[in-house]
Amino acid sequence: MYELVEKSEIFNVHKMVIKAPGIADSMKPGQFCIIMATEFSERIPMTVSDWSTDTGTITIYALELGISTLELARMKVGGSLYAVTGPLGTPSEIRHYGTVVLGGGCYGIGGIYPIAKACKEAGNEVISIVEARYSPMFYHEKELQQVSNQVFYATSDGSRGKKGKVEDVIAEMLERGARVDQAFFMGCTQMLERCSEATRPIGIPTKVALNSIMLDGTGMCGACRVTVGGETKFACVDGPEFDGHKVDWRELQQRKSAYTEQEAVVYQSLSHECLAEKKLRGEL
Amino acid sequence: MGLTAKERMAIERHSMAEQPAGFRNRNFEEVPYGYTPDEAVAEAQRCLSCKNRPCVSGCPVEVPIPEFIALVTEKRFTEAARLIKTKNVLPAVCGRVCPQETQCEAVCIQGKKDKTQAVAIGNLERFAADFERENNPMEAPEVQDKNGLKVAIIGSGPSGLTVAGDLIRFGYEVTIYEAFHRGGGVLVYGIPEFRLPKKVVETEIKALEDTGVTIHYNSVIGRLYTVDDLFKRLGFSAVFIGVGAGLPIFLDIPGMNLNGVFSANEYLTRSNLMKSYLFPQYKTPVIVGKGVAVIGGGNVAMDSARTAIRLGAEKVTIVYRRAREQMPARAAEVHHAEEEGIEFRLLSSPVEIFRNDQGWVTGMKCQRYELGEPDESGRRRPVPIENSFFEFDCDLVVVSIGGKANPLITRTTPDMEVNKWGYIVTDPWGRTSKRSVYAGGDIVTGAATVISSMGAGRRAAKAIHEDLTKENDETFTPDWW
Ligand SMILES: Cc1cc2nc3c(=O)[nH]c(=O)nc-3n(C[C@H](O)[C@H](O)[C@H](O)COP(=O)(O)OP(=O)(O)OC[C@H]3O[C@@H](n4cnc5c(N)ncnc54)[C@H](O)[C@@H]3O)c2cc1C
Ligand SMILES: Cc1cc2nc3c(=O)[nH]c(=O)nc-3n(C[C@H](O)[C@H](O)[C@H](O)COP(=O)(O)OP(=O)(O)OC[C@H]3O[C@@H](n4cnc5c(N)ncnc54)[C@H](O)[C@@H]3O)c2cc1C
Ligand code: SF4
Ligand code: SF4
Ligand code: FES
Repeated sequence: MYELVEKSEIFNVHKMVIKAPGIADSMKPGQFCIIMATEFSERIPMTVSDWSTDTGTITIYALELGISTLELARMKVGGSLYAVTGPLGTPSEIRHYGTVVLGGGCYGIGGIYPIAKACKEAGNEVISIVEARYSPMFYHEKELQQVSNQVFYATSDGSRGKKGKVEDVIAEMLERGARVDQAFFMGCTQMLERCSEATRPIGIPTKVALNSIMLDGTGMCGACRVTVGGETKFACVDGPEFDGHKVDWRELQQRKSAYTEQEAVVYQSLSHECLAEKKLRGEL
Repeated sequence: MGLTAKERMAIERHSMAEQPAGFRNRNFEEVPYGYTPDEAVAEAQRCLSCKNRPCVSGCPVEVPIPEFIALVTEKRFTEAARLIKTKNVLPAVCGRVCPQETQCEAVCIQGKKDKTQAVAIGNLERFAADFERENNPMEAPEVQDKNGLKVAIIGSGPSGLTVAGDLIRFGYEVTIYEAFHRGGGVLVYGIPEFRLPKKVVETEIKALEDTGVTIHYNSVIGRLYTVDDLFKRLGFSAVFIGVGAGLPIFLDIPGMNLNGVFSANEYLTRSNLMKSYLFPQYKTPVIVGKGVAVIGGGNVAMDSARTAIRLGAEKVTIVYRRAREQMPARAAEVHHAEEEGIEFRLLSSPVEIFRNDQGWVTGMKCQRYELGEPDESGRRRPVPIENSFFEFDCDLVVVSIGGKANPLITRTTPDMEVNKWGYIVTDPWGRTSKRSVYAGGDIVTGAATVISSMGAGRRAAKAIHEDLTKENDETFTPDWW
């Protein structure tokens, strides 16, 4: 079950192609899976960036941060994940908007791909903007180019495209008088907030894919609750996409930090072989 | 064995030996050790084998109580367990978690004068089932020839497991779709290890799989497949929905989204299903908390409070709006909670949760209540006392004031009738308004009990079989029912 059929690494981001035919059959853009690497693991949400009903596989891009994503990073091709549950979440609303801007950072670079693809198929002008610290950290590039009318790059060090972030590219576009009918953003919470602030003044309808802490992913526990427009919503079923201009960002940031202490404990409890050495020995 | 009725009545009820309270409140091992065979026989001898069997009518699934107890007196423990199983497929579970004091034991003749002296039917049921499990290879039930019909069951809680167990014996191909990576529903993610060891549930599920039931874990119906997909794409002839209630309610007061405020579902799922009580071996974190406040007075609240103390909380307080007599929790659980040092603040309800700058809980403000006139249910209604408030410090709040119906399936099945609260509407046999779709358990009744969910499952299995084979009632009912 859930065999890992392909794996590669782009800096800290691990591409994993996983056998899950049922999920691939039902997947829609904007949805995610909840994954457990082993029987002992946490359940962690991962956006599905690509899927194929022919091969019965799904592709995720996992950014290695703490213990759970490290466990994914350590998996080997041919091995199996303990559990993959999905699709989860409400799919993105895809229709003819006109011009759609999609902004992606870290795992969102891969995550916006299916939304871009579907928007393109629905006849939209698709502009994708991706950000990274420096040039070699981009991934899933060719695919994204294929489904976008234009792709813009932003890097912190200016090594490719604009020196800056997604919102800087947007600001520039808007200055040039570009018209944007709908924006989608996916990435870390700070990025989502910054991008939403960039589209707010001129009132561009903005959807953000939130990444709150989740447990079951079915609306049963409330771990993922976020405040949007003054109302409590469960990100796993009502979302993960919400109106970026209505999210209570401070609360979301606070709730995301709830387990920082425990995460440090469990991370340190790992047997700490040196990962760099393992990589050199070709074991990872 | 030839005791007279008088002699039987003179014997005091045998309680089960337990881990001492001050010791058990730091571990997750089961609290009562269970009867020894001698204790079980002695307790069984208290049964008067009443002709009119009042206890049987107190049990929602009509376990043949005097008959199984008679077998226990003869030390035919395995036979006793198998007799119970003709009516109740999970006796090791029900013996432990049924609210016996309001069901079978409530009407036991031995308890007529003094309720506490009812025959310990639950304890005996548990004993017989444990004995069978521990001393016998599981007996494979008789399974009829495959009839070529496929039935899908959504949810592996008590209702779904019951439907599966019955239909596989009728010769159906049975497939369970379960959202989680483990089966059992509330029995594994809600009720804690110290009250219901997970190995008991695992054994039952393994036995079902051995008889040929297929369980697809990690499968959320409503997302992975809709109910219509199950018919059209996957070729099932009938679908049973047993997904439980499963949507937590939070209070409408300031502070509900602070760090440190959990639904009981989240808190218990972390600890039980994800085993965070074994953190960091199991990697799902749970916050321990120094001062824990649990809001509510049902089984779920007791389980949360007793989990908190075991995880290492210094002080655990239950805050409940009504009076002690009105607590819906099993009497044994309230008693155990008290013994374990949990404090009760009754006739009180939170009005605000306080926070620090980092968004963490620091305390709670509550309003005092008093009992007013009885409401429609006959319970005296709690009414707030004006200007009577108190505050206390806590850093963790667990909200267990009940749940709502999870709309994941009903929303994607618009042609199936639900009531105004979102629960699925069925006839007494579990038939929904949608053809070939059946439902039972908490998603129909709202939060109820394990045994009532199993009863609903059994009725639905019968309806499914009747509807699919068009055979009529009495003619087919097999003797193992
Ligand atoms: C709907 C949804 C979809 C998601 N899709 C993806 C995906 O496709 N790919 C992916 O890599 N992740 C995705 N995430 C986020 C991912 O689930 C978390 O990063 C993961 O659970 C981290 O687990 P961990 O144990 O490795 O790290 P943790 O131990 O939980 O975190 C390690 C440290 O990183 C910090 N941290 C946690 N999350 C973030 C973050 N997003 N940005 C910056 N710092 C953070 C923590 O505070 C902590 O200090 C998604 C989340 C949601 C809710
Ligand atoms: C903490 C707690 C303590 C309790 N204590 C007691 C007690 O002491 N005694 C007692 O009699 N009762 C007790 N109860 C109540 C009792 O457990 C429930 O009434 C009973 O479990 C309901 O059974 P069910 O079959 O309806 O569903 P559940 O047990 O709720 O199981 C439903 C299953 O369906 C799965 N599911 C949900 N949605 C989907 C979906 N879309 N697709 C696939 N699968 C899905 C869930 O993951 C779950 O496994 C307690 C409940 C709780 C929460
Ligand atoms: S199933 Fe429950 S109510 Fe029925 S006899 Fe057993 S313990 Fe009593
Ligand atoms: S009512 Fe009590 S004493 Fe009478 S048969 Fe039932 S268990 Fe025995
Ligand atoms: S993750 Fe549990 S309700 Fe959303």
